[in-house]
Parts: sequence; structure tokens; C-alpha cells
Amino acid sequence: MTEGLKIEGLSHFYGTRAVVRDVSLHVAPGELVCLLGPSGCGKTTTLRLAAGLETARHGRVVLNNRIVSGDGRHVPPEGRHVGFLFQDYALFPHLDVRANVEFGIRHRPPPERHARALDMLEQVGMADYAKSWPHQLSGGQQQRVALARALAPAPGLMLLDEPFSGLDRRLRDQIRDETLGVLKRNRVATMMVTHDPEEAMAMADRIAIMRDGRVVQMGRPATLYDAPADAFVAAFFGEVNTLAAIVRDQNVDTPLGRFPATGTPDGAVVQVVVRPEAITPHPSADGVAMVRAVRPLGAVTQVLLELPQPDGSPLDLRCRLSGAGIPAEGERVAISIDRALVFAPPLTG
Amino acid sequence: MLLRPQTACRPPNAWVLTISVLAGLVSLPVLAVVANLAAPSLDIWRHLAATVLPAYVGNSLLLMLGVGLGVAVGGVGAAWLVTMCRFPGSRGLEWALLLPMAMPAYVVAYTYTGLLDFAGPVQGALRLLGGWASARDYWFPEIRSLGGAVTVMTLVLYPYVYILARTAFLEQSVCVLEASRTLGRTPWQAFVGVALPLARPAIAAGVALALMETLNDFGTVQYFAVDTFATGIYRTWMGMGQPAVAAQLGAMLMLFVLVLIVVERLSRGAARAHHTTPRYRSLPRIRLRRWRAFLAFVFCAAPVAFGFAIPAITLAAWSSGSETDVAAFVALAGNSLILATVTGGLAVLVALVLAFGRRLHPTLFLAVLLRLTSLGYAIPGGVIAVGILVPLTALDREIAAFARQHLGLGVGLLMTGSVGALVYAYLVRFLAVAANTVEASLDKVTPNMEAAARTLGLSPLATLRRVHAPIMRGSLLSAALLVFVDVMKELPATLIIRPFNFDTLATRTFTLASDERLADAALPALAIVAAGLAPVVLLSRAIARSRPGDHS
Amino acid sequence: MRRLSRLAVATLTCALTVGTVQAAEVNVYSARKDHLLKPVLDAFSHKTGIKVNLLSASEDQLLERLKSEGKDSPADLFVTTDVAHLHAARVAGVLQPVTSKAIETAIPAAYRDPQGYWTGLSARSRVVFYAKDRVKPSEITTYEDLADPKWKGRICVRSSSSTYNQSLLAGLIAVNGPTKAEAWAKGVADNMARKPQGGDRDQISAVAAGQCDIAIANTYYYGGMLTSTKEAEREAAAKVGIAFPNQQGRGAHMNVAGAGVTASAKNRGEAVQLLEFMAGPEAQALFAQANNEFPVRPGVAASPVVAAWGVFKAEDINVAMLGENRAEAIRIFDRVGWR
Repeated sequence: MTEGLKIEGLSHFYGTRAVVRDVSLHVAPGELVCLLGPSGCGKTTTLRLAAGLETARHGRVVLNNRIVSGDGRHVPPEGRHVGFLFQDYALFPHLDVRANVEFGIRHRPPPERHARALDMLEQVGMADYAKSWPHQLSGGQQQRVALARALAPAPGLMLLDEPFSGLDRRLRDQIRDETLGVLKRNRVATMMVTHDPEEAMAMADRIAIMRDGRVVQMGRPATLYDAPADAFVAAFFGEVNTLAAIVRDQNVDTPLGRFPATGTPDGAVVQVVVRPEAITPHPSADGVAMVRAVRPLGAVTQVLLELPQPDGSPLDLRCRLSGAGIPAEGERVAISIDRALVFAPPLTG
Repeated sequence: MLLRPQTACRPPNAWVLTISVLAGLVSLPVLAVVANLAAPSLDIWRHLAATVLPAYVGNSLLLMLGVGLGVAVGGVGAAWLVTMCRFPGSRGLEWALLLPMAMPAYVVAYTYTGLLDFAGPVQGALRLLGGWASARDYWFPEIRSLGGAVTVMTLVLYPYVYILARTAFLEQSVCVLEASRTLGRTPWQAFVGVALPLARPAIAAGVALALMETLNDFGTVQYFAVDTFATGIYRTWMGMGQPAVAAQLGAMLMLFVLVLIVVERLSRGAARAHHTTPRYRSLPRIRLRRWRAFLAFVFCAAPVAFGFAIPAITLAAWSSGSETDVAAFVALAGNSLILATVTGGLAVLVALVLAFGRRLHPTLFLAVLLRLTSLGYAIPGGVIAVGILVPLTALDREIAAFARQHLGLGVGLLMTGSVGALVYAYLVRFLAVAANTVEASLDKVTPNMEAAARTLGLSPLATLRRVHAPIMRGSLLSAALLVFVDVMKELPATLIIRPFNFDTLATRTFTLASDERLADAALPALAIVAAGLAPVVLLSRAIARSRPGDHS
Repeated sequence: MRRLSRLAVATLTCALTVGTVQAAEVNVYSARKDHLLKPVLDAFSHKTGIKVNLLSASEDQLLERLKSEGKDSPADLFVTTDVAHLHAARVAGVLQPVTSKAIETAIPAAYRDPQGYWTGLSARSRVVFYAKDRVKPSEITTYEDLADPKWKGRICVRSSSSTYNQSLLAGLIAVNGPTKAEAWAKGVADNMARKPQGGDRDQISAVAAGQCDIAIANTYYYGGMLTSTKEAEREAAAKVGIAFPNQQGRGAHMNVAGAGVTASAKNRGEAVQLLEFMAGPEAQALFAQANNEFPVRPGVAASPVVAAWGVFKAEDINVAMLGENRAEAIRIFDRVGWR
């Protein structure tokens, strides 16, 4: 058995509709795993199943070597010793900040309780607000108090449900970093739900991509980026160029060249995914493509290229460049392709 | 089986079981009334349809229309004026507007007929002024009419709408109102276009309560010589000895109430009346001046004057001449207060457990069962009282038979005719009042707060105690007080279910008043009103504090 | 579980021992006004030492309670204001027959159930009241006269939901048959001065106020108004005269308030004792004086105001008929539009 959270073959239904299908994953102590996917993919339900807020129909949930769900057992949330950070923070409006934080540790002797609460508030930078009421706090402050409250009982597992979605962008980056710091300092196994790939990349040790209740792919952020299991996964991390093509002899021919499509039957129409970074334009008077637009985005510059296709219609391609050598609008360019950043079938989407 | 949840996969859960049993107990009398629905009775139905039924239906509809309009306009208008405007007397009116709630409708009916009928002081003064001798010499509006019934019922029932509308207005966000002002709306347009739709569920709930009270009333309409559905139920049951037909009429009545509720829900559609912004500031009150202030004052003071002050003063004047047995009177008041307090607390407890349990287990079965529990409120009191006797005595007789057979004891009926049975009867009648308020305020506790408490180590019961109860405290108090006031006034069930030699203020008032000893009846009636005053003031404070962010 | 049942047994035994220690009791379900019955019950307790427990409510509801309680009902005696309910109680099987020499000698047979299920205790007549200044007593001599079109817009009477009206019509059904009774009810309904409303006193007051010329009401209400502490009521009653109908024929319509011992009576002996006491001279005098009713026991003096009305001829049918025709009467009222 293993420390941390282990989910095995978990399935759940609302009525007859399957929302979580055969999900298995593991979160080690001190590790942060992100469940990433579009809304309605079952990631929040997975989180609630782990917390015991929903009763799983099939599969097991093992928490620090103890079966809390499955084998005919269902430990209610209050018996699981997990921390849950909600999207709307769910602070108790009838309690002040300190009482909110002390809520989960009320069985400890008062001096210890107060000290722990203050320590947690200190960690999230909210010690000065101990006497405030929830409705007097801004969204970011409420989020921090909720984090302190969830962490105060030193849970064996932290579950975060879109914890930063209610915050504006500038605040979000800052609070995200602080939250990560607090979580790592407390060395707690953490499972976080988000629909924002950038957030997942920034925070997660590993990411589980979910779609239609299944985990499509799970791995380190770099792995998912570099070796997506399919076009869906690839497309999840930022903009991509998608080219439709027909398979012939285990290969596909595209305006960007021929790519292997092993194991795909002849005649199948497939999507070839090309990351913007895979395309590098070189100024060349007899280049195949033409630069339509150049848009500086700060550190990188986005360049839009137009490439004629065999049937005469133009194909739009996006690429991202940094540093020197950025072509000008209207210039003709040749193209080179980094084949490691092109994803062709069998990973059909 | 009644007590089995329908979802077969889930193991029987303590919560599901508890609320099934509780809700089952409360709905048993309703089911007892409906039970003989299937009995064939075509002959009587043909007779009723050919003779009196159209009039009953017509009168009931007119009565509901009149009372519904009256309480909606009066309750919402007064709530808006005292909540959003300032004018001379507005602060006092905030709580005074609740006072008519302490008045039993039948007492108001007695006082107004006493004042306005031929022998009363008003017509007496008119005759003196006009020099008329008999009723043939002049015209005076007939108080014993549909119009009289609508007026009296509106006067005592509008506080239901007022309370809920005021709470809703207090809870609204200023931002939403201000947003509508910046979009070019006048204050009036903001009220009609924004505040009213947001408060609509609350207003609808208040009107629904008032209409159910209207439908279940028998005494007042009888007094005003208006034949309604309730009259029909009484006559066919008691007079013709046809309980099945009476039950069928009663079921029609319930169906009608259900249709009303469903229509209101549907017409609301997918629109949610949740407040989207969490920011609150104190409400900006518009200061009214001159004729506007005067009109606002008259609008808010009139219901207090006609629904409370005039009847109360009349009672006081009548009672001044009567002699009183103080000890007997204290015993009466004690009975009433104890019953009302115990029932108020119990009703809120049951309503809270039911609402919370249903949220834990949102199944169709429980939803239907909980709807059933509130129907006891819509059935005429005298009929539901008999409905209560059926399961109560059935159970009692089982116990008695068991005692005879196995213990060799003749215990008689232990529960029927006990104070416990009376409390049970009140719960059956008034649970809807508590449930409405409790359900509405349960929304203040978001599902995530519940989940947060659970993950922080609290069992459902502890969550209920430590999170829901304190957050909903104001509303729970309001619910308990509403039930308290209703129990103080309750009559038909008390009369028939009470123990031997047991009287309450309401039964004594009724006995004396039906004996036309209005002077002697005035004192216990005044006591009911006085006992209702304290809760009404408490209620008003609880409501004023209910504005989010106001901590005291 | 076992401990629980043991506890229950202990509690029950305890309750029962307490019960047996107490003095003799009798439990009464009553639809009569407390202030009328109480003096009689108090006199009974005073004389016999038997405690009387009283529950007052409407007779229809008390009957429903008796029915649902069945043989375990705590009630020993059922007291009503109208014979229709005594009959209904007998039909429902909640009364038991009583044979008592004392009652049989005290109460005439017409005012008792033939099998002894119930006993009438005080009698009243439902008669006609007229405006002394506008109506001559000779104009109205029978109930049948009330349907005459000459009274169009001149009659005041209460709602047909009142058992008193139901019994009046039930009596007419018994003597004239349903067809004639219905024609009569239609005629009266057409003659009404206003929609039926209020109680019997209100009808008499309306005659005094000039809203109508004649009214139908029970005798004791008129007696009560004549002796009222309120000056206005006495003045109103003084403007109104009383007319006993059908004096040349079958006599005025009579009804009784009465009582019966319940089928479930646990204190049957005490209940019979109380019933006999109510038929006795002392209680009969109380009923007669306190409520201006006609004592059913021969030889008991009527109250002065009742005595002043003189001797009249009472209808000679057994009042049990009134209960049997009640449902039919209500249907007729529904059909002719007498609300």
C-alpha cells in the first residue's frame, strides 16, 4: 500500500449518466496533481468522490493506506481527514476569520488551537485580519483564509476545486504562488481541479487530463506538452495548428510535409496537430509562404503565415518566435519544421 | 411501502428513514382525508354539481382573488415603503405593520360586525344624524358579504406577505439597484424592474401562505355568510354524513393549491433569484416629503389601524364591563402559551430536519413526501382535525389492544385527548408555515459551506447544529414565532382534540363569542392579541437584523 | 427493548393505580354551551361526589371523535343540542340503550328514543316571529303560510347549514312528504328579505330593525333577548311578537336537546346516574330557568318569560324522525337555493 491518495477504477453516475468512468490515479505526499479538462469532464466529481462528498458507485479510494471508499465501505467526509478548498471559498458568515480557521480543530485545547490558527493565518499573510468578518474581506483574502482553514487540521490530503477562478488575473498569479508555497511547506498530498492549462502547468507536479469522465493522459507537465496522447491533449495546452489529411500507406501528406501515421487504416481522415513553436520561418524570396501579420505579445511574437494548398486555397498557420530574426509583414518566407512538435495519428482526436 | 426510499441501490440511511418517518407522521391525516377518494359517490356529486357546487367554486375563487390581490398589494407596498423610504412614523410602522397578525380572523370579524351592523355604534350614529328610524330608510354596505370577508381576511393575512417581502428587500444588494439606476431607471422603475422580480419567490411564498389560510378558513366565511369550498366540505361531511364526498371536495381543494404552486414555479422558469454580488452596504433610504410622505404614511398606517388598532380598542371597550376570574384566566393563558411555545420550537426543529435531510438526499420520493406535509395547512381546520383523529385513535387502539392482550391491562386511549395529541395536531396544521420559512433560509447556507464543515470533521447532525442553526438563527426564530402566533389562534383542532376540562384562550374566546357574550369574550381575545405582541416585536427585530453583514 | 417494555409496563401500572385511587368519575362529550351545562354538572357533583370531566365541541366533530375512538373512547355520555345528532350517533353505533324507570316516568315517550338509546332533556320550538307594528298575528297561522307569495321579500331566516333549519324541514318532510316540503322550502327561499346570515337572534333583531317583517327562530333565543342584560336587545325583542304555528292542526315544530350513554362507557353506572339526574326536577328547573327552554319533565315550572307565552299545542311526532330525514332536507335546501 501507499501513502497519499490512491484511486482505483473509480466510476460514478448521476442517474444513469456516467460522469466518472474507471478513473485510477495516485497522489504522493507532498505532490500536487492537477485534474485538467473542460467543464463537465468529471474532474470536480472525482474530487468530491475523493473527499467523500459523493458516494462512489464503483472502484476504490485509498487514503494513507486506509480504504475510505469501496469494498462496501463509505467513510463520510468528516472521517477522512481531508482539506477542501472551494471555488467560492465557503467561509462561514457567522464566524470571524479566526473562528473560521479554528473550526476544524475545535477539539484541541484552546491555547494550542489559537496558536495553530494564528500560525496558519500567518502563513497565508492574514494574521492581521483574525478579528474580521468574511464579508469584510476581498476575494483574494477570503481565498487565503479558506486555505488556512482547510490546512489547519493538517489534513492528509488537500483537495482544491478551481481555487483561483474567482480572482482577477494579477492577483491570481501572486496568490497561486503563495498557495503553492504553503502547500509545499506543509508537505501535503494535493489534488487540484482546474480548467486552465497554464495554471496546471505552473503548479502541478503531474497533470491528469480528463475528458468525458475518463483520464485521457497523466504525466508530468513537460511530458504532456511534449508527447500528448492525442490531438485533444495537445490542443489543450495553448493554440495549435490543426491540419486535416487522409492516411495513405501509414503516412499522411500535409502542406508541411509527410508524417508517419502508423497503425491508422488507409483512407481515414485524421487531424495533424502542429504546435506554433514547431514552425520556423526563414526570409527567402522564393519561399512558399507569405507573412500576413506580425503581433508582438511581449516575450514572444506571433507570426501569421499564409501557405497555398494544392487546391489553391490558402492555409493559415500560426507560429511563435522569440528574439531576433522576426520577418516583416508581406515578406516571403521558407519554412522549417521541428518534427518533435508535430503530432500525427495514431493519436487521433 | 411508505417508509422505503425508492432508490434501490442505496442502503437505508438514517436520515432518509428519520425524515420519512417524520414526514409520514405529519402527512398521515392528509392521507386519511384523501383515503376515501375512491369511494363511489356519483349521485351526490351530480346533486352538488347541479345545485351548490358552482357557487362554492365561484365564491372560493373570488375570495382568493380578492385576498390574493389585497395581501400582495398591501404587503409588498408597505414592505417597500418602510424598507426603502423614510417618512414620519416609518420606523414605528416597521414593526406595527406586523401587529394584525396577532389578531384571530374570527375576532376581527366579530368586532367589525359588532361595530357596523344595524345595532352597532356606526349605524346608530348615522341614524341619529340622518333622523332615520329603521333599516329601510337608508343604505349601508352589508358587512356580512363577500366584500366583508375579503376585507377582514386581507387585514389579518397581509403580514405574511409583508414579512417575507421585507426580508427579501432587506437582503437585496444595493449594487443591483444602483446598477439599474445607472442604466437609466427611476427609483420606481428599479422597484418594478429589479427589486420586485428578485423578491418574487418570497412574495409568492407569502401570498401562497395567505391563500392557504383563506381556503382553510371556515369560521370567518361562515360568519360572513359566504359559501365556499370549506362550507361544502362541512355540509357534505357533517350534515349529509358523506365523508367520502367531503374528502373528494377536500382533495379538489388541495389539487387546486398544488396547481397554483406549480404554476408559480413554472412561470418563474429558469430565472434564479440568487443575489450575484456579495457586497452589501446599508440601504440608501429615500426621504419622502409633504404629500408623498403623507400618502406613504396613510398607505402603511391604514392596515395597522383597521387590522389591529380599531378591533383591539373595540375589544378593550367591550371587556371593561365584564367580571373576570383571574385564576381561571391565568390557567387559560398558561395553557395557550405552553402549547404555542412547545409547538413553535418543535415545528422549527422538524422543518429544519426535513429540509436539511432532503438536501442531503435529493430524491423525488422525499420531495413528494415533504410537499404532502404542507397540505395540512390548506385543508379546513375542522376537517383536518377529524383527519388527525383517524391515525391517532387507530394507533391508540392498537396500543390498547396490545395492552389488553399481552399485559392484561385496560389502558384506554393514551394519546387521544392528551396534550401531546394537541401538539401533533398543531404540527400537522402549521408545519407548512415553519417549513416555508426554513426552506427559504436554508439557501443562505450554500452546499459548499456544508461540504466545508463535513471535510472539517463535522457529522451531518453537528453541521446542522454548528453551521446551519447559527446562520439561519433569525429565520428559525421567525418561523417559530409564526407558528407560535398561529397556535395561539388555532380553534377547530383544539376544540375537538383537547383533553377533558382543558381550555385555551382561543377556545374560551370562541365559546363565549358564539354564545354572543362578546363582552366576556373580549378579554381572552385581547389576551391572545397581547401574547402575540411580544413575538411580533421579536420577529420585527429579527427581520431588521437579517440584513447580511449586520452583526450585533 | 426488553428494558423499554418493562419500563412501559411500570409506567402503565403506575398510571392505573393512580386512576383507581381517584374518586368516581364520569366523562362527558358535550355540544351544549358550557354556561348552560356547567351549573347542572356542578349540582350533580355536589350531590353525588362524582367528578364530571367535560369536553365541549361541536356535535359533528364530537361524533367523529366518538366514531374513530370506537370501543376505547373515554366518553361515557354524549350531550347534544339537537335530536338529529342523537339520531346520527345512534345510527353510527356509538350509543347504547339504557332502561331506567326514573327516566321513563320522568320524560314523555315522544321525547325519548323508542329503544332507549337517547333521552331528550329540554325542548324548544322553532316558531315564527313578527313585527308587531307591521304584521297581524292572524296573517300567519301555519308554517305552510310562510311559502305564500304575499311574504315576498319579507322573511328573515338563518342559513340551511344550521341543524335547526334542517330539523324543521325534516319535520315537514315527515308530515307533508318530500315533494310538498320541497315546494315549501322553495317558497320560503323566494320570500327571503335578504341572504340567510347570522344566528337566530340576528333574525329577530332584523325584524325589529325593519329589514324584514317575519323571522323563523327558536323560542329560547327570543326568551333570552327579552331577559337580556343589554337594553338594545330587550328593546328589539319588545318590537317583535311570537306566533306558534299550526295551533289548529298538528301543532308547533318541536326539537329537543338531549343525551345518550355511549357504547364504550367505562363508567356506565355513573353515566346513567347523571342522565337520571338531568331528567330530575332540580336539573330540569335549571335548564328551564337558565335558557328559557321548555322542561320536558311534566310538573317542572317554565321560566316566567316562557310561561307568559301561554300554553300551545306541540307537534306530536317522535323527534327521532327529524334525524332520519336530515340528509334529504339538506339536499332540498341545496336544490331550492336556500344557502
